[in-house]
Amino acid sequence: MRPTRLPRFDPGTFDVWHAQIRRQWDAFRQWPAQDLVPLIIFVAFALVPIFAGLGAEIYVLHLVARVMIFAIAALALDLIVGYGALVSFGHAAFVGLGAYAVGILAAHGINEVLLALPLAVATAALFALATGTVCLRTKGVYFIMITLAFGQMVFFTASSLAPYGGDDGLPIRMRDTLFGLPVLRNDRALYCVALACLVGAYLLCRAIVGSRFGRVLRGARENPTRMAAIGFEAMRYQLIAYVISGALAGLSGFLLANATEFVSPAYMSWQRSGELIIMVLLGGMGTLYGAIIGAAAFLLTEEWLSGVTEHWKIIFGPLLVLIVVFARGGLVGLSTQLVHALGDDPAGRVSHIAAQLRADVARYVTVQSQALRNAAVAYAARAAPTVQDTVDHCLRLLHRLQQQVEQLAARQAPRLRDLRTSVLRVAYRLRGEISGVTAHLRRRFRGG
Amino acid sequence: MAEPVLQLGHLRKSFGGLVVTDDVTLDVAPRELHAVIGPNGAGKTTLINQISGFIAPDAGQIVFVGEDVTALPVHARAALGLARTFQITSVLPGFSALENVALAVQARSGTSLRFFGRADTENALNDIAMAALADVDLADRADVCAGHLSHGEKRALELAIALAMQPKLLLLDEPMAGAGREETERLVAVLRRLKGRLPMVLVEHDMTAVFALADRISVLIYGRILASGAPDAVRSDPRVIAAYLGDEME
Repeated sequence: MRPTRLPRFDPGTFDVWHAQIRRQWDAFRQWPAQDLVPLIIFVAFALVPIFAGLGAEIYVLHLVARVMIFAIAALALDLIVGYGALVSFGHAAFVGLGAYAVGILAAHGINEVLLALPLAVATAALFALATGTVCLRTKGVYFIMITLAFGQMVFFTASSLAPYGGDDGLPIRMRDTLFGLPVLRNDRALYCVALACLVGAYLLCRAIVGSRFGRVLRGARENPTRMAAIGFEAMRYQLIAYVISGALAGLSGFLLANATEFVSPAYMSWQRSGELIIMVLLGGMGTLYGAIIGAAAFLLTEEWLSGVTEHWKIIFGPLLVLIVVFARGGLVGLSTQLVHALGDDPAGRVSHIAAQLRADVARYVTVQSQALRNAAVAYAARAAPTVQDTVDHCLRLLHRLQQQVEQLAARQAPRLRDLRTSVLRVAYRLRGEISGVTAHLRRRFRGG
Repeated sequence: MAEPVLQLGHLRKSFGGLVVTDDVTLDVAPRELHAVIGPNGAGKTTLINQISGFIAPDAGQIVFVGEDVTALPVHARAALGLARTFQITSVLPGFSALENVALAVQARSGTSLRFFGRADTENALNDIAMAALADVDLADRADVCAGHLSHGEKRALELAIALAMQPKLLLLDEPMAGAGREETERLVAVLRRLKGRLPMVLVEHDMTAVFALADRISVLIYGRILASGAPDAVRSDPRVIAAYLGDEME
């Protein structure tokens, strides 16, 4: 007689189910969508010129363009501070070098964007390459100090450049032109160029941190020893990141010189470098868009407070300290906490997902048990009674697993990550058990 | 006999007046599991550090897969196929277990100077990484942050990272250190599975594990190789018993 076919464990079913869990998890983790906040920021920036027309247009455009220009520099800094733990205390030097490239060219009557922009970026990048080779041999406080030293070196060099204004700085007669066209003369145009550069810089940095290269950079931040042991020369990758960061800061300098029509050693003072670090910390380190928020918060608060009182620094200083100390993760971290505290109900979402998971698992177990039971009935009709014991045993096993999953979901783990890990663990065990059971049954029946 | 994977020739290292590696000559044959045992302070970890490149020897030569690597830095030796685990576990705590291993795969496959395209969705990397995790029974913990893994799991993860490098030689620096009995048994089982697939140098205190796994044992005392040979020969060597194994073997 032909044996009835036993339920065969179907890994496909499991994988489909597993993929479902994974999708649910990703949907949860990506909320609020990582790109939603930057999108809102950029839209807000884009709307400014439209509404600026209603009031003090020139003032607003200047102020917000300045915010975006510094946001590029802060973004560049966040790339190495937030993802490489390389705290550069001399980043204003790169901004200054970019600005001076524009200023010095202009002093010689060259106002071509196609010359000034590449020169600004290349100067900053080359300086980053040269100094990075030295700086990156040191770690921690030494790295901070040596970047500061290089920054000061550039600052004093610029201060002593008598032909280019020295201490007093260097006015730029006219903004750069593209093939002789005064594309940047209009403040709105300059604003739009700055916005485009900011969006471009953001997209570039975002791509970098998620790429293979970015992973190596983040790995070197976590544990350089481990990175060496798997074959990465951390310094090489850090140097490249440092050069990219320097080049972006140079871009910011190019825009700054054109926006202010002036370059000055003050652009590269150590205070300016410190302000860039504060912008990154203020916004939230290692998020990229946090640097943009930080730059905006810093410059706008500074602008507002200095209008309110002459002694604005007395208020501004402690305010910064409070935010950095109490808002872990800066403004981005603070707002995430706020969103959770106000509207979002993580516990509710967790229990909702838990319920879904539970239903999925229960359905899966039911289907498998039913198949087993059918097989058992079919066999019990003609096989020896001992077979029934085996089948009963298997069913008990399945039942117990089902209970475990129920308990697990009922516990509503405080952290969804833990819950998911546990569910997956049970699921893997379930898979193992079920295939074990079916194999066992098949063996038994073949023997009987 | 086939060309040895690793040859140490008259290796010498001292810290100040303390000689920690004293004229060590040793080789590892293909597929061999060569254990190095010795009391605390015998210079076992220093020896591993010299092989992997973290410490430069004062004199002597290290030849790995036919190439003199004595002057090469750590990452270059790793790129040649020399993988190691650390006595004090060394993983990337902020990365998931899977990403830890995927990074090791990435080190061996293609350039890492790729600035676009997401690395975490590269299936070619993730699949190999997942297989390495499965090799050490960590597949179901793939998405857990490495910093949140238990001690034993971190050890296993280190092993998975090393395996993902598809190494030509694996250096294991006290993999059982600090592990409970159950974890030790699990690791021994894992190592037994790996044995024969690739040559290994195992530095270990756990004598049961060493005698269960090793093809050859070298006994290191005060930086010097006291004896070297098959487990049974070493076990019955009177010098070894007198100097080291004494109480444990009685």
